[in-house]
Amino acid sequence: MSDSNVNWLAIDSNPKFQALHRKKTFFLWGLMVFSIIYYFLLPIGAAYYQDLFKIKVWGVVNVGILFALSEFIVAWTIAFVYSRKANKEFDAMAQDIINDVNNGRMK
Amino acid sequence: MSSMLKKLILSITALSISGAAFAGNGAVADEFKWMTFTVFGVIIAITMAITFWAARSTHTTSEFYAAGRSVSGIQNGWAIAGDYLSAASFLGIAGLISLYGYDGFMYSVGWLVAYITVLLVIAEPCRNIGKYTMGDILAFRNDPKKTKTVAALSTITVSTFYLTAQMVGGGVLIKTLIGIDYEISVIGVGILMLAYVVFGGMKATTWVQITKAVLLVTASIILVIMVWSPYGFSLPGYLGSVVADPDVQKQVAKLLGDKAATMTPEELGQRFLEPGLFLKNPIDQISLGLALVLGTAGMPHILMRFFTVPTAQAARVSVIWAMGIIGGFYVLTLFLGTGAAMLVGPDKIAAVDAGGNMAGPLLAQYLGGGEQSYMGNFMLAFVAAVAFATIVAVVAGLVLAAASAMAHDIYVGVIRGDHATPKEQVVAARVASVIVGIIAITVGILAKGQNVAHLVALAFAVAASSNLPAVFLTLYWKKCNTTGIMLGMIVGSLTAIGLVMISPNMTYPKAVIAGANKVLNGEPAVPAKEATPAVERSSFMCELFALEGCVLAKPAQAASAEKPAKLGAAEKLAGLNAKLQPLLDELPTMTDVEVRATTEVEIAKLKKDIAAVEKAKAKAEADLKKFEGQTTSIMGLEKPFFLLKNPGLISIPLGFLLVILGSLFTRDKRAEEMWDELYVRQNTGINAEAASAH
Repeated sequence: MSDSNVNWLAIDSNPKFQALHRKKTFFLWGLMVFSIIYYFLLPIGAAYYQDLFKIKVWGVVNVGILFALSEFIVAWTIAFVYSRKANKEFDAMAQDIINDVNNGRMK
Repeated sequence: MSSMLKKLILSITALSISGAAFAGNGAVADEFKWMTFTVFGVIIAITMAITFWAARSTHTTSEFYAAGRSVSGIQNGWAIAGDYLSAASFLGIAGLISLYGYDGFMYSVGWLVAYITVLLVIAEPCRNIGKYTMGDILAFRNDPKKTKTVAALSTITVSTFYLTAQMVGGGVLIKTLIGIDYEISVIGVGILMLAYVVFGGMKATTWVQITKAVLLVTASIILVIMVWSPYGFSLPGYLGSVVADPDVQKQVAKLLGDKAATMTPEELGQRFLEPGLFLKNPIDQISLGLALVLGTAGMPHILMRFFTVPTAQAARVSVIWAMGIIGGFYVLTLFLGTGAAMLVGPDKIAAVDAGGNMAGPLLAQYLGGGEQSYMGNFMLAFVAAVAFATIVAVVAGLVLAAASAMAHDIYVGVIRGDHATPKEQVVAARVASVIVGIIAITVGILAKGQNVAHLVALAFAVAASSNLPAVFLTLYWKKCNTTGIMLGMIVGSLTAIGLVMISPNMTYPKAVIAGANKVLNGEPAVPAKEATPAVERSSFMCELFALEGCVLAKPAQAASAEKPAKLGAAEKLAGLNAKLQPLLDELPTMTDVEVRATTEVEIAKLKKDIAAVEKAKAKAEADLKKFEGQTTSIMGLEKPFFLLKNPGLISIPLGFLLVILGSLFTRDKRAEEMWDELYVRQNTGINAEAASAH
């Protein structure tokens, strides 16, 4: 692996690497954009939709409290979804490419 | 080296004993101080043992900066939590919740969401590409000397801002808790942290952070169980009794002022769980949120943690664990804050520390049995010691980050052109740590009494406006190059700093003098006002800058009755004393036990009021003296020109834009040629720095 004569351009243009690149880009951007939008709904809602946030739904627990708690759940879910996808798919695809490089099939 | 370490341990022990001798007033009563010092001593002993053990395997550069890349994912997750949960989040957020309810909780959310950026776009590529510092990542495809210089400067700037806030906050905190003199606290924290970093490098720092995170989480879980279990762990049941608490209702009434007059106690209590008691400006919040969400991923001491794990997979595991711990901790904080509000009372919390920082410690004392009990004071001592461990752990991480930038990027990379022997590199790293440590102690002492709270937000804003755009675009954008990085980082960070210098965070003598005069001389009566319709703001820019001809938005206002004049401090004091004197005279002649008791309560209350007015008067007089003859802030402004407290909304997009423009208008052959290698390596981990064999 400490081979410094790796042909990076060859790997970069290899279909296997391109497939990994496409999948990762699509997936990561999707999660990133969703998480940022969901996060900023909290300060926006707290400032401009106070009537909604004040509605009591569970004893004294109101929409605002539940929404703030949901931010935690959503953040953890995104972390979980990403790590499952990465452990199952991205790591295997990357390992496949590494094996090809080590066997001299991608030079 | 071990004999040096022993001497150091001895001198620290001596320092903590002399600290006990210097101890004046604090939240811990004198007769219970020995408990606090015992718990402090135990924690110092544990961390010193860690340092001693870590020092034996800290010889090479990789061991010093990156703990030999042998930290496991789970361990690193705890260490990240230990590095990140500063005293500000541990004590500060619980305090905000105890004083302002919902807004304090909402504030905590951004600190967790920030880790999504770290997880998705930063952690794994950085592990695959990087070596020891942020400069290494940028130098991969850009001009090494230029980018390492600017990355190191930015790292040192961000770390110094954050470090100053931690040192000053820590000094004040230790003084408030146990009454040790500010200077001694700062020097003590500085020497301890230097011992960890200089002798044990990243390995000792990592384990000190893990220890601290475990202590912090354990303490919080115990407190939350004690607060919540009486309600059978029911959320509505628990919060229902929070909003029914008279202390909480009184606090909301105080915060709402005139508006509270028409509200029932139930409505007042419920208002505690609704937004808007603390965070009034949504645009400012979005600006802060942006700085948090993008800044955390650009914090050098957080980035550095990803070089300590063996693989990118371990880096991923560490962020997942960190998110679990940090998020779980903030959820617990909701209970700590509201519990403190209900059981201790916002009045009492704010009386010890106006920012609410003592909410957690006071709650611990209450739950243990109160001020006079052994258990209560033991629990207070424990929480105080956790706070202390928090400060040293965070400070150690920051010092290591700044020292690595100084030694690895500037000295080895730029001055020696990457030609330094391994031994020279480790010596440089240790010398740089001592230099940064001494700077931290000096700045900490010089900044005594200064308002440094905004420095944390500024550190995040600079990281988000300068470090993140550079790292992100280097990793993901083919056209990114040296010119873009230089331009974006320099302009991004200078804009963030410049905007804060002209923002409401600075001190404006005119406003301070006006406020002091109000306290001393009172305020004239305000005549009755007729109802006014809502006013639309003239443009969005008016929300950001104090431009000429700007009209700010105002909600419609109902007609208000005439408000009476407010008395000045001297008149108030005279009035209170006039009430107090006859009571004091009568007291010895009273025979009825009940009447006597109520009079004594009244006297105590009057005395408390008198003390509060005298304190306010003394502060107002001191302010008047301090700002006598001054009319402008250090930037020569009478009032803020930039109206947000956080500059992120402007400086972050600007940082990104300038990296992009600088890259588009220039060509850099190396940056283009290295793209394939960088992109393949960051995604596959081929040729990544390996863990050192142990």
